[in-house]
Amino acid sequence: MNTLLIITGLGVLCLLLEILNFRKGIVPFTVVGLLVALGVTMNDYGLQKGFYGNMIVVNNFSVAFSSIFIVLAILLISMSDDFYRREHAKISDFVAIKVFMLAGAVAMVSFGNLSMFFLGIEVLSISLYILAASNRMNVRSNEAGMKYFLLGSFASGIILFGICLIYGAMGTFDIAEISELSSSAELPDWFFIGIVLLTIGMLFKIAAVPFHFWAPDVYEGSPALTTSIMSTLAKIVAIATFYKLLTGMNAQLSVAYEWVLLSVSIASMTLGNIMALRQENVKRMLAFSGIAHAGYMLMAFLNLANSASVLWYYAAAYALAGVAAFAVVLNVCRDKQDENIYNFNGFGKKHPVMAALLTGALLSMAGIPVFAGFFAKFGLFMHAINAGYLVVVIAAVINSIISVGYYFKLILAMYTKDALDPVENPKPIYVVVAAIALLLNLAMGLFPSLVNNLI
Amino acid sequence: MGNVLNQIGIENYIFLCVILFSIGVFGVLYRRNAIIVFMSIEIMLNAVNLLFVAFSTYHQDAQGQVFVFFSMAVAAAEVAVGLAILVSIFRNLNSIDIDNLKNLKG
Repeated sequence: MNTLLIITGLGVLCLLLEILNFRKGIVPFTVVGLLVALGVTMNDYGLQKGFYGNMIVVNNFSVAFSSIFIVLAILLISMSDDFYRREHAKISDFVAIKVFMLAGAVAMVSFGNLSMFFLGIEVLSISLYILAASNRMNVRSNEAGMKYFLLGSFASGIILFGICLIYGAMGTFDIAEISELSSSAELPDWFFIGIVLLTIGMLFKIAAVPFHFWAPDVYEGSPALTTSIMSTLAKIVAIATFYKLLTGMNAQLSVAYEWVLLSVSIASMTLGNIMALRQENVKRMLAFSGIAHAGYMLMAFLNLANSASVLWYYAAAYALAGVAAFAVVLNVCRDKQDENIYNFNGFGKKHPVMAALLTGALLSMAGIPVFAGFFAKFGLFMHAINAGYLVVVIAAVINSIISVGYYFKLILAMYTKDALDPVENPKPIYVVVAAIALLLNLAMGLFPSLVNNLI
Repeated sequence: MGNVLNQIGIENYIFLCVILFSIGVFGVLYRRNAIIVFMSIEIMLNAVNLLFVAFSTYHQDAQGQVFVFFSMAVAAAEVAVGLAILVSIFRNLNSIDIDNLKNLKG
C-alpha cells in the first residue's frame, strides 16, 4: 500500500524539482526513489491485507507484479536523460508522467474494488496517450497519439459499461463480495454481458487479435522510448490485470469462455508471428512480436486457479528481454531517421558487446534455452497440457518455430552484412540497462527455483 | 425516486442507456471529424454514467453515484489530453479530419 503513496509522491516531487531548477538530478533522484519503493514493496511480501476499506488489497500476486513493474520502470526511466537530450528542459515532465503511469500500473494489480481498477487503468492509459504524442513536431508521433487515444478511450468506454452492468447485477464494486455472490445466487444476465464487455476492453488493452489493429501503427509512430514502455511494461500490466479480474470475479470459467480465450490466443500467436515476418521496421516487428507474446500469455488463462506464477514468470522473462532489446535499438537508432533493419547491418563487428546483448534478448524472446524465455514457454506449455488443451500447445510450438525466422533476420543483419555508415561509440547508459535486464533474465533462466513459487 | 423506478422498471433504463451507448459507438466508428468523434466518446461515457445512477437507485446504494464522480473526472482528463493532441495535429496538418492520419501503414 505504501508503494502507491511513495510512487505518487515521487511523481509530484519530480515536478517540484523542475521549479527548483534541478533538472540534471531528476533522473538519478527518481531512480533512487523507485529503488526505495521497490524495497518497500518487497517488504510487503507474505502480507495479505486490505487497505482503505478494501480499495487496495496487498497479496503475493500484487507484490510480485508490482516489483517487476518497478524494476522495469527503473530501467526505462534511467534511459530518459540521453533519449530526451534535445528537449532536456522538459525532462521533468517526461519523467513525472512515467512515474504517474507506474502508479496507475501498481493500482491496477493491487485493486480490491472495481473503482480502483478503473482509476488505475485510466491513469496508465492517459499517461501513455501523452507519451505517445510527446514528440509534438512530428506528424507520425501525433498520429500515433491520436490513434492510441481514440481506440484507448473507446476501450475504456466499453470497460466502464462492463463495470456498470456488473455493478447492476451485484450492487457492489468490491471484488471479494462480487466473487462470493457470483458463486452462490441466481445471477441476472447483465452480469455475464458485463464480463464479456470487460473482456473485450481488456483484449483491446493487451492487443490480442481481433482488437490488435492499433498496436503496430501506434508502436511505429511513437517515440522509441515510449514504444519500449508500451511493449514491455504496459503489456504485462494489462495481462496481469486481466488475470486478476477473471480470478477475482468468476473463479470457474465456463468451457465456452475458455474456448473463446483459446481461439483468441491461437489467432494472436499466428497472426502476430506471420505479420512480423514481413516487417522491415524494428519497432513494428516488435509490435507484432508483442501481439504474438500476448497470445502465448493468454494460454495461462486456460486453467485460472493455479497459473499465477507461470504467468508472472513468462511476463517477467518477456518484459526483461524486451527492455534489453529496446535499449540496444534506442542506441543504434539514436540519430537515425527510422528504425529499419538495415541500420543494424554490420553492428556485430563494430560493437560486439551490444550486438551480443541484443542477440541474447532476441534469443530469449524466441525461447532458446539458458535464457528465461525458454523456461517460461516450457512452464506455460506444461500448464496448458495439464489443463487438457493440447491444441493450443501444438499451435504455440509451431508458432515458436515461425518466430525464430524474424528474430534471426535481425541477428543475421548484425553479423553477416556490411555496415552502411560508421556507427558512433555506444552510450554507456544503454549498455548498462541492456546488460542489467539481460542478466536478470539470465538469472531467472539459470535459477528458476528462486522465482518459481513466488505467488 | 425509488417509487418512480418501480413504476418505470429498471429494464427501460438499461435499454435507454444501451441505445445511447450504441449511438456513441456508431459515432466513433463512422464520423470523420475528430471533434465529433470526441463528442461520441463523451456520449458513450455519459450513457454509462446515467446507468450507474439508475442502478444506484435500484440497489438503494450510494456507491454507484460516487463512481459517477470518478468517471466524470476521468472523462474530463481524457478529453483534455485528446484536445491537446488534436491541437498539435492541427498545427502540423491544418486539418482535424482523422482521414488525413494515414502516414503509418504496413
